Amino acid sequence: MESEKLVESAEALANSARALAQQAEGVLSQATQVVVSQSDSGGNEFIYLFAVFVLAVFVGYYVVWNVTPALHSPLMSVTNAISSVIIVGALIAVGPAGVNLSQVLGFVAVILASINIFGGFIVTQRMLRMYRKKK
Amino acid sequence: MTESMASFAYLISSVLFIMALRGLSSPETARSGNVFGILGMIIAVGTTLVTPGVVSYWMILLGVLLGGGIGTFIAWKIEMTSLPELVAAFHSLVGLAAVCVAAAAFFQPAAYGIGTPGNIGVASLVEMSIGTAIGAVTFTGSIIAFAKLQGIMSGAPITFPGQHALNALLGLLLIALVVWFCDAQTGALFWSIALLAFLIGVLIIIPIGGADMPVVISMLNSYSGWAACGIGFTLSNMALIVTGALVGSSGAILSYIMCKGMNRSFFNVILGGFGGETAGPAADMGDRMVRSGSAEDAAFILKNAGSVIIVPGYGMAVAQAQHALREMADLLKKEGIRVRYAIHPVAGRMPGHMNVLLAEANVSYDDVEELDEINRDFASTDVSFVIGANDVTNPLAKTDPTSAIYGMPVLNVEEAGTVLFVKRSMGSGYAGVDNPLFFQDNTMMLFADAKAMCEDIVKALE
Repeated sequence: MESEKLVESAEALANSARALAQQAEGVLSQATQVVVSQSDSGGNEFIYLFAVFVLAVFVGYYVVWNVTPALHSPLMSVTNAISSVIIVGALIAVGPAGVNLSQVLGFVAVILASINIFGGFIVTQRMLRMYRKKK
Repeated sequence: MTESMASFAYLISSVLFIMALRGLSSPETARSGNVFGILGMIIAVGTTLVTPGVVSYWMILLGVLLGGGIGTFIAWKIEMTSLPELVAAFHSLVGLAAVCVAAAAFFQPAAYGIGTPGNIGVASLVEMSIGTAIGAVTFTGSIIAFAKLQGIMSGAPITFPGQHALNALLGLLLIALVVWFCDAQTGALFWSIALLAFLIGVLIIIPIGGADMPVVISMLNSYSGWAACGIGFTLSNMALIVTGALVGSSGAILSYIMCKGMNRSFFNVILGGFGGETAGPAADMGDRMVRSGSAEDAAFILKNAGSVIIVPGYGMAVAQAQHALREMADLLKKEGIRVRYAIHPVAGRMPGHMNVLLAEANVSYDDVEELDEINRDFASTDVSFVIGANDVTNPLAKTDPTSAIYGMPVLNVEEAGTVLFVKRSMGSGYAGVDNPLFFQDNTMMLFADAKAMCEDIVKALE
């Protein structure tokens, strides 16, 4: 039973991943266009990103309902860690040569996000290591 | 690295993040799931580091070392009982980081490819404002939640007349500011949006009481995701958008589960004010008899039982009683007694709080069951052992339509042969509702600190 369920949900995940991959292909082909005519295709690009967003909400919905209630705490800490992928934006701010306001802000954001990334993943790992079956 | 290659790398990291959440569907796959998450993060960060715009690495290195060091230190040091506080604190950091990134993008739009200062596209400005506003609300809201959980601030709801009207007004003002900002594009307006959102974050969390913290934490979790999403749109970064959406929906689902566990609507929780009257025992209950017992009495009853269900609550976490409790359960098991744990969805201060604490005390997760799985078994159980829980066992939720907790799903502990209730005093729970269970014939109250009581029972059993 359990394994059947697992297979089922794995299939669902595969489907969602496939959908995402298809989206990505679309985005890839779009990306080239966007580079060519950045100002004109702004609206198009938004639609693409928005499509990715909507699909991701659905993927999130199904994946999270599958999380066992016993692991809701690790779920919170791991989502916390991955939402710190916002560090990507901070890196772009810090990246250019020289020092200005944006870089200082970016630097602060890099520190904050790093605390979260390291802290979040480590505390999740610590928690998960404690869950064990009957000996 | 070309732009399409970068997009592809971000896609891979998005898929890895999905797999990280996917792994949490069972404890066996959860650890590998976490590794996927870490891999996804490495790919996302690595990809950004090799984009052409990033040329100066020393500040990045310094920031990551500094932040990483602090994060690692905290994560290793933290006690599992303080997990809700830690998560609240971490949420606040995501919120503040979102504000910082949005500000950086606004003052240096060229680096993000969204225009030049004073000449940024309206779409980017709207996305930026949304990211800033939600991030700022997450930041201060999480700080308030942290203060309430940590006991720096009273857990009691703070309400005042006209509160909701004020919040609504500030919300409208925020929208007006965003519209103005999109037109005028000045730094002052940007900071006004951030400051106003900071204020709103404080105001929306202060009216929510301590017992509703599971909902608040889940909600802030969700907000931090949506903030990341807003920034993702500004940067046109798929990894951020996908992750933000995942986190956002995850938090929303957890909030929903927590609300359902209390039979309250989300708005009822958000509007706050619940559980204000955490008074002592009500006067009209004074003449009823309460049977109280000692650890020896409890040990005797437990030893002669065939099956025991333990119901832990926040009180167990506060007293750090989980290890002593597990020792007690082990001794009972040695006597051939069937011992299980029943977890109510809103037990503790964050979703899954009790499960983590029991796991920390080496309780096998096969012995830990959810409300729906175990509720029918109380009737055929000899002893229910309630430790640090109160409202989630209150039979009034099933029988008294006038009760504040009526309709909330509760554990049917009273159906067991004997109810042992570990509690420090006769005080009511967070909902401010008296529990008739205390006065039932088959109930024995064990007045003590949860940890001390478990230790005493262990001694008596030995």
